[in-house]
Order: sequence, then structure tokens, then C-alpha cells
Amino acid sequence: MTSTVDTKADASRPAVPSGLVTVARAPGWIRYALLAVALLVALWLPNGLYPAVAVDILCWALFAVAVDLLLGFTGLMSFGHAAFWGASAYVTGLVAIHAGLPFPAAVLAGALAAAVLAVPIGYLAVKRTGIYFAMVTLAFAQMVYYVANEWRSVTQGENGLQGVPRELFGLDLSDDYYFYYAILPIVLLGLAGAWRIVHSPFGRVLVGIRDNPARARALGYPVHRYKLTVLVLSGFIAGLGGGLFAVGHRFVSLEVLHWTTSGKAVIVVVLGGIGTLWGGVLGAAIVVRLEDWLSFSGFEAIGLVTGGIFVLVVLLFRRGIWGTASALALRWWASRRR
Amino acid sequence: MTGFLQNTFNGLVSGAFYALLALGLAVIFGMLRVVNFAHGAFYMLGAFGAYVLLTEAGVPFWAALVIMPLGLALLGMALERAFIHRLTRLDPLYNFLLTFGLTLILQDLVKLRYGVQSSPYETPSALSGSVDFGLFDFPTYRVFILGFAVAVCVGVWWALTRTRVGMVVRASTERPELTRAFGINVGRWVTPVFGFGIGLAGLAGVLAAPMRAVNPLMGADLIIVVFAVVVIGGLGSIFGSVAAGFGIGLVQAWGEAYLSAFPIVSQTIVFIVMAVVLLWRPAGLFGREEAPA
Repeated sequence: MTSTVDTKADASRPAVPSGLVTVARAPGWIRYALLAVALLVALWLPNGLYPAVAVDILCWALFAVAVDLLLGFTGLMSFGHAAFWGASAYVTGLVAIHAGLPFPAAVLAGALAAAVLAVPIGYLAVKRTGIYFAMVTLAFAQMVYYVANEWRSVTQGENGLQGVPRELFGLDLSDDYYFYYAILPIVLLGLAGAWRIVHSPFGRVLVGIRDNPARARALGYPVHRYKLTVLVLSGFIAGLGGGLFAVGHRFVSLEVLHWTTSGKAVIVVVLGGIGTLWGGVLGAAIVVRLEDWLSFSGFEAIGLVTGGIFVLVVLLFRRGIWGTASALALRWWASRRR
Repeated sequence: MTGFLQNTFNGLVSGAFYALLALGLAVIFGMLRVVNFAHGAFYMLGAFGAYVLLTEAGVPFWAALVIMPLGLALLGMALERAFIHRLTRLDPLYNFLLTFGLTLILQDLVKLRYGVQSSPYETPSALSGSVDFGLFDFPTYRVFILGFAVAVCVGVWWALTRTRVGMVVRASTERPELTRAFGINVGRWVTPVFGFGIGLAGLAGVLAAPMRAVNPLMGADLIIVVFAVVVIGGLGSIFGSVAAGFGIGLVQAWGEAYLSAFPIVSQTIVFIVMAVVLLWRPAGLFGREEAPA
């Protein structure tokens, strides 16, 4: 896995020192050790936290990785990913309520619906780049929000979908503790899928498009089609998260489609580290845990804190946690070998 | 016919708000390459400021119409100096995120102090009542808003085309590198222009106070529609943003009047128009083509 990706700092690029490269250069045993630690933490998590919070962390981890696939590895900031997360939540909820299927099938249906929704949105959005892409995706997500709000006969409007069942071949999953372990394999599959995309030839082309779209085009890559494809894949992964979120809460409200949800997904990625994939998982854990703690302690202005995190991270900590940590670790590694 | 004229007039009035907000966004974007997410929050602060001035200090509408835009312009300039200017050399996405964070903070500060309920703001007595247009009556206040907004847009147009400052702003909007190459100090105008754009948002907010419910979230959903407006008009074009603002106001009003049987369509018509424009002219109706990417 040798990498020749050019990492020279270009001040105008959103993507910070690509984690792709740092991971590739870290010695193999460190990567396996980190993976083992991460798996152990994932297995232990609901014993150390409220299981409901642990479930939310898993869902948001998928959401963040989906956003990072675009932001970190394709250089596209989607500010409308709530459309995919939320659409899948609604479809999952509806399928689970009306068809009585086991919840993984309902979640799969939701994620597929999100991927289908990503086709028209993506087709239009990839016509613009940079800040315009963010505005266009934000606007289309708002459109989906209004549709869900108006289509009361299906979505129940502001009341939300109540009573989404957690059906799995008659198993009793009403306890969040057991539900966590039921969804963990699905989440790990989703994360592994994202890893596979990034480390495939397809993913290499995406990074090429991110770093130099004109050159990618000159080399004969259909840039728009690559962007659309990754948007659909990202929509699917975000949809997996959204569907599990719906089953986890047994309830779907309009909030899943709101623009604040899209914004929160982006800040989770920036906090964890753009272009690091696993940074998003870390960011999700921190933000979900923090918000739970704030609402538990009766603090009403959560936006004050999330907004504050936004401002501080963007001003002072643009590499994010994973980006900063891996840069430090690599420097230490390099100095030791000299 | 009367109904159509009335809908058209209403459309132009709501278009006036879009136009004022889009104008501020376009001027700021032109000068700083910053898409200001907090624009809606400043609109809300304008309306809320007018409300607080009236109820807690007895300051009348006309005074608020001067005080709030100026005060918010100063606040905007302070924020530009403190935060935004540190990020202008990076990708514009960072300032988009920063101003998103500022939006959440400003909204929650107001929510914390005044709650989320809507507060009524009385129309100033000189503008209550209605104007008779022969075929139909129209509330005086709405006529005033439309006239005032058009006057402001024309005034800004005049300033941009006829004054030296305006020419510098236009030049650095259209060709920033070239303007610098002519030895013009572009940086000097950045902070005042940002303040000016924020002032316009505040002005729109004060104008909205007697007409729309004043609450902490009033700017949040509006700003996303304004983003669609500037995508339609082409953010690089100041004229295009204003024209798209009025145009979208019209389309929305007609949609609500004649497509009321299809609430899903009439509620999302702005975004449908945006989708069509992206298909037909991706750079916006009045925008220039970006470098292909």
C-alpha cells in the first residue's frame, strides 16, 4: 500500500493532511493494534455508557463516515446529508410499522431509499462545486423536509412516526443493551464498506478528483459520474445510520430531516478530523455523549455549546482530533527512527 | 384579475425581503468570498432588536429602522475582525461552518433570554390602514416595504455604479486579482462591506417585525430559501441576486395562490425552480460559468 498522493499543503483545500496517507505510512502492527482496541471498545461500550447513548453513537458514527467520504475523500461538503439520514429513517419506520419485517430488512429498505434519493439530488448538485455544492445540497435537504412536513397522510407531519417496532424473529430487543449488540454487526459492516471504498481504485480516483479535478478530467475520468456514484454510496451509508436511529428511538420526528442535523454531521466530521474516516467515529462519540450529558443536566441552550464547538474547531483545530493525533504520532515515529 | 394583482403585489413584497437579504449576501460574497450562513440570524436580530427597543425602551419603529442596521453593522464588523477574517484565506467552506456556528449561538442566546414564542409588533401608526388602488385595497405598510426595499436596491445600485467605493467593490467582486494588480487596496474595504451587508440584513429584519411573527427562529428557515435564491440568480452577480429575490417572491405567491391543491408543490416551489435552473444554466441565471471542475 504505497501512496503517492500529493499532500503538499494547499491553503485553499478543505481537506487537511489526508489520513489516507498517514495511515498508509504507519507501521502495520500499529494499525492492527488500533483496530483491535477499537473493536474492544465497541464491544465494551454499552457497559460503560447508557446503552441508549451507545446506540446513538453507533448510528452517528455511520452518518459521520458517510459525510467524510464526500468531504474528506472527494472534496465535496454536503450540507444536506440529513436528507438521506432522515429519508431512510422515515422509510425504515414505515416499512417496520406496516410490513412487520425484521428490523435489518427495514433498515436495508430505508438505506436503499436514501441511495435512490441521492441520484436526482446528486445529479443536480454535482453540477456545482465548493461552496455552491454546500448550498445546493442544503436547499434540497430543506425541500425533503418540507415534503415530509406536508405529506401528513404518510409521515404524520409534526407528530412524527410513533411506535417503530424492533422486530427480529421474535427476539426480545426492547432493552437497549441487547439492541446495541444486535445492530453492532450492521454498523461494522457499514464502516468496513466505507473503508473498502476509500482503499479501492475507485477511492484513489476520488482523492485524485479532490486534489486536482482538472487533471482527473484530463486523464479521462468522468468526474461528474464519480462524484454522483460516491454520493449515492454515501447516501446509502448515511441511510443505514438513519434507519438504525429510527429503530433505536422507536420514533421518527421531523428533526431527522432538519438542517441542524446536516450541520451537526459536518461538525462531527470536522471535530474528528476531515479525511480520516475513523475521526468521524470519534467525533460522533464525543458530540453524542456531550449532548446527552447537557440535556441530562437540564441545560437548555444546547445550540450554544454545539455552535461554540463549531466556532472553536474551525478557528483553532481544523485538523480535528484524529488528524492532530496521527500527525503527532507520525512525527514521533519519524524522529525515533532517525 | 383583482386576485391576480393582489397575489402579484404580495409576491413582490415577500420578494423584497429575499432581495434585501440576497443583496447583502452577494455583496459580502463578492468582497470576501464568504457565504454568510449567519445572515438569517442577523435578520432575526434586526426584528428582535426592534421589538426589544420598543417594549423595553419605548423606541419607536422609525428610530429602530436607523439604530438596528447601524448597530448590527458594527457587530458584524467586530465579528469580521475577530473571526471571519482569520479564515478568508482558506477554503470558503470554513467560513460557512464558522458562520453556521455563530447562527446557532446567536439563536440560542435570544432563545435563552426571550423563549421561542412569537411576539407581535405593532405597525407604526403612520403606516396603518390601507391604500386604495382602484381595483383593490392594499395595506399601507406593505406598500411602504416594497417602496423602501426598491429604493434601497436602487440606492445600492447607484452607489455601486456611480461612486468610487462602489466601483472598487464591483471590480474586486468580478476580478479580485486584477483589481489588486491595479494597485487598489482591496483589503481596506473588506470590513466595511461586510458590515454593510449585515446592516442590510438587519434592515430587512426591522421591516419584517410588524409584518411577520418575531421569534428566534424566524431567520433560520428563511436563509435557506435565500441560498436557493442566490443559486438561482448567480451569487457572483449582484443584479442577478436582487432580480432572483423578487422573482422567487412572485413565483412563491403565485404558487401558493394557484397550486394550493398541491401543498407539496407550492411549499417547495423555490427548490423546484432551483433544480430547473441547475439543469438549464448551472451557473445561475445571471452568473458566469465557473472554471470547470
